[in-house]
Amino acid sequence: MKFFFHLGQYMLLMKKVFSKPEKGRIYWRQLLVEIEKLGIDSIGIVVIISVFMGGIITLQLTYNLTNPFMPSYLIGLGNRDTLILEFSSTVLSLMLAGKVGANIATEIGSMRITEQIDSMEIMGVNSASFLILPKIIAVVFVSPMLFILSIATGLVGGLITGPMAGVVTTAQYLNGVTYAFVPYYVTFSGLKTLVFGFLIASVPAYKGYYVDGGALEVGKVSTQSVVTTSILILFFDLILTQIFFK
Amino acid sequence: MIEIKNLCKSFEERPVLKDISTKFEKGKTNLIIGQSGSGKTVLLKSIVGLLEIDEGEILYNGEDVAHFSNKERKSLRQDIGMVFQGGALFDSLTVEENVRFPLDMFSKQTEKEKLDRVNFCLERVDIKGANELYPAEISGGMRKRVAIARAIVLNPKYLFCDEPNSGLDPMTSILIDNLINQITRDLDITTIINTHDMNSVMEIGDNILFISHGEKWWEGNKNEILYTSNEKLNDFVFASPLYREMRTLKKQELKDEQS
Ligand SMILES: Nc1ncnc2c1ncn2[C@@H]1O[C@H](COP(=O)(O)OP(=O)(O)OP(=O)(O)O)[C@@H](O)[C@H]1O
Ligand SMILES: [Mg+2]
Repeated sequence: MKFFFHLGQYMLLMKKVFSKPEKGRIYWRQLLVEIEKLGIDSIGIVVIISVFMGGIITLQLTYNLTNPFMPSYLIGLGNRDTLILEFSSTVLSLMLAGKVGANIATEIGSMRITEQIDSMEIMGVNSASFLILPKIIAVVFVSPMLFILSIATGLVGGLITGPMAGVVTTAQYLNGVTYAFVPYYVTFSGLKTLVFGFLIASVPAYKGYYVDGGALEVGKVSTQSVVTTSILILFFDLILTQIFFK
Repeated sequence: MIEIKNLCKSFEERPVLKDISTKFEKGKTNLIIGQSGSGKTVLLKSIVGLLEIDEGEILYNGEDVAHFSNKERKSLRQDIGMVFQGGALFDSLTVEENVRFPLDMFSKQTEKEKLDRVNFCLERVDIKGANELYPAEISGGMRKRVAIARAIVLNPKYLFCDEPNSGLDPMTSILIDNLINQITRDLDITTIINTHDMNSVMEIGDNILFISHGEKWWEGNKNEILYTSNEKLNDFVFASPLYREMRTLKKQELKDEQS
């Protein structure tokens, strides 16, 4: 019952969000601000996590597949495909749901409880569209870029750790990275990140927009929105994989 | 002019406003007074449409807002200036950007004209040299005044202020009262102010609505309030000996004026 209520309310909010903007120029300015705040500011953490994960995946692959008959290119290939198919798309999105999602829920939630949203509505401004649309566009726009960045830095992570630990040579690793490359994997995962990006921005925005109460509730809603978004990301991952990855 | 008829509003079965009817005249400063928790904020928010009412009618210039189309409602809102109890300034914008926000959204002025208008409004509320500061960096009273500047920047036809001078020192408080009063007359607009401030009641109350526990108890102007026999109102307005003294003096003053 409650699920349908939220779904309905979410849909109505999205309808409001995607109605015609009042003043294009101001939205544009707002969009640039959001891209910087939600996207550029996430680059650091994406790079750090991806380099480490790329390195760790490479080590795990070699230690767990110690078989003399195993071709050495499997290590680079394994790292590459793990990054492309799940890590840089899904796991990274889960992480962004925590960082970006909590930020959005808190920001919009505190604007709600301090009546900033009401005061926008009173002016005749469509607050949902003004506050949420630039965030959704910004996150959807940067998600595929962070995805590509994560793959690249993850591969570098493997390139550093593999040869350093002496489990694979640079040449073997690079050979693996380019071996049997399927471009569709990148397209598929890239499109997935668009869907995840939409969820990461819109679900916490929805939660924050309808928060009722004070600072305590804003905190609660922010945590809740991370949990909900994460579950939705995994759910959509399952669905999309089932539909488009056969 | 704004008229409300038989307005009722409750929150989860708990009635907060009970059958309130009144008129708020144009070109006059209308005050809503009442104890903390009596329903002033809820009444104001219902009038502007931020809260949905359960029963009754709200008429702007004789037209029921319930029958307004989305477009009409939107254009009405652009004629409304509102000062929230907590100021409700946008945290992420500077003082100047806050006041300029309605202009950016709705006016076709040049940047220069906008800036002049912003500075003019800030000057009227006696704020200088704070243009680049963020709301978190200015005092509570200043925030309130910036909120007033933002509310009047587009020359509204309706001005709503929820306790515009709570938390201000007496001097600034009088300044704000006079400013709102002046604007109301100059622009011939409909102004509604929620207040606890007895000085405002005595000085600028053209029409005063007293509510208690969500019910309308009394209605009149600043002179009539001196002679009221309504016990509840007397207890509320003239609670302190100082105000009782003032009432005697004011009455004398009025008598002298008449004779
Ligand atoms: N959103 C809400 N949900 C439930 N009850 C509410 C809500 N808003 C206000 N109330 C209740 O309505 C009553 C009137 O509140 P209101 O804020 O209008 O008081 P007020 O007269 O403005 O008081 P103050 O002078 O302290 O600002 C209070 O009892 C309050 O608990
Ligand atoms: Mg109040």
